[in-house]
Amino acid sequence: MPPLPPLDPILFLIFAAIAVLSAVSLVVQTHPIASALSLIGVMGALAVLYLLLGAEFIAAAQLIVYAGAIMVLFIFVIMLLNAGAERRGGRARLAKWIGIPVFAAFIALIAFLIQSRLPQTQGVTFGSFTTGTALEIGRSLFTQYLLPFELTSVLILIAIFGAIVLARKEI
Amino acid sequence: MNFYVVTLIKLALVMAIFMTTLAYLQWIERKVLAHIQLRMGPYRVGPHGLLQPLADVIKLLTKEGFVPRNVNIFFYLLAPFLAVTIALIAISVIPFGPKVNIGGVETYLQMTDLKIGILFILALSSVGVYGVALAGWASNSKYALLGGLRSSAQMISYELPMAMALVSPLLIVNTLSLREMVERQDGYYFGFLPAWTIFQAPFPQIISFIVFLIAAFAETNRVPFDLPEAENELVAGFHTEYSSMNFAAFFMAEYANMITVTSIATLLFLGGWHPLWPVEYGSWLIPVLLFVLSGIISIFHGLQPARPFDRITLPAFGILMIGLGLIFAVPFLQPYLLPLFWFTAKTGALLFLFIWIRGTLPRFRYDQLMAFAWKFLFPLALINLLVTAFAVALTTK
Repeated sequence: MPPLPPLDPILFLIFAAIAVLSAVSLVVQTHPIASALSLIGVMGALAVLYLLLGAEFIAAAQLIVYAGAIMVLFIFVIMLLNAGAERRGGRARLAKWIGIPVFAAFIALIAFLIQSRLPQTQGVTFGSFTTGTALEIGRSLFTQYLLPFELTSVLILIAIFGAIVLARKEI
Repeated sequence: MNFYVVTLIKLALVMAIFMTTLAYLQWIERKVLAHIQLRMGPYRVGPHGLLQPLADVIKLLTKEGFVPRNVNIFFYLLAPFLAVTIALIAISVIPFGPKVNIGGVETYLQMTDLKIGILFILALSSVGVYGVALAGWASNSKYALLGGLRSSAQMISYELPMAMALVSPLLIVNTLSLREMVERQDGYYFGFLPAWTIFQAPFPQIISFIVFLIAAFAETNRVPFDLPEAENELVAGFHTEYSSMNFAAFFMAEYANMITVTSIATLLFLGGWHPLWPVEYGSWLIPVLLFVLSGIISIFHGLQPARPFDRITLPAFGILMIGLGLIFAVPFLQPYLLPLFWFTAKTGALLFLFIWIRGTLPRFRYDQLMAFAWKFLFPLALINLLVTAFAVALTTK
């Protein structure tokens, strides 16, 4: 049996396409639940892309924290408020006609700036990044990046206190 | 042999056994509940209702898949698909036994080993809530919506204590791969006490085991946490509007989730496929004795039949059991069968506990449910984690 062709580029193309399509769907959908689900699609596809690059821990964290916890909360709130589909408002005719060309021009401009201003870097190769394991991440978080890590946790703690104070007021 | 061929064979085997287990778990649950309540349970289809799952599957397959008016059809049909797919994927990373050598081919009794196996399971369980939540919302019915809302709130809340309860044994075994996790629980203290994480030094994980089990009940929406489908308040909760295979998909997802959480509890806390006491002291006799004993009991009852057809079915079953027991006594087969036996026995005991509790406990009230998770379970898991972390930090060099 001949060796299979490398699957990485194929998988990358599939999941990159899913990510982009879900992102477009996120903007285009009128119903909040459909938009939220598209966002989950984006996050799931991103997790697979992380996985392809060798960042397995980040991929799992992406799924657990973003696709799991945070988006469940979003969906919960949308369901609780029973938000209906948005109606398309009357839009200016100008926006309708020149919207897409201007957007394309903007993207082209950004691409041009990145190409010309930023220094040339090596392209990403699949499988070259090997320090994405939980062990490596934990080690660098608790040694090299200990201060930012602790500061972030204090920030989150403040946010929790804030939430409690705000919630208490209403009782 | 080729890696792909071996993987395909394993895939087919696991698939066949897993699906059969799913179908028969339902039968076992109905039987056990019936006996708890002094009833017979399924009895008409096949001997002792053994063909009931088959009949159920045929019934559900041939029923009309009814789609009510005013539902959001896309999400209505997506929800059961999501629920069952996500629930079934989890089995792919669960190891059932150690490395074995079958006819010169070395392979693990596991479909694939991820370096982040436990995180993968957590990710699946956190994404799994969408099936239930979407089903509740897309049905466009107030009972289903309430069920979906309850389910998502409950799952967010109980995911925290579950994750916290998982972290403490992970500190002790020091790996995220499910297979290595079991390998680190090998060995015995004083020659008899197994080094499973619920007994392992420096800090036995009994508390986190209990917290994990309680959270697992909530994650799988089982009694006493079955508020998403509380039948005397919400008709059937999130799956009120579903029929036919869509309805069956939710049931399959529930049972598959049960198998996943009990397997995780077995792997992480109960030492996976390691026997209860060393093989040198004769722990291999346990499966032999168990099967032969149950065979003798059924033959004994077959000799004094309470019902006419027991004269045939019970002795036949008894001979089958004795045969199974004798297979376990063959030294040549033991390296393959004993790990599988211990894994299945532990998982099966936990599954029995799930069913037992369903037959015993009443349902929580909703505010009790939330208070229990946030004010008791979560702090308890957190304190346990703190103590474990200190113990591990003090004992590692």
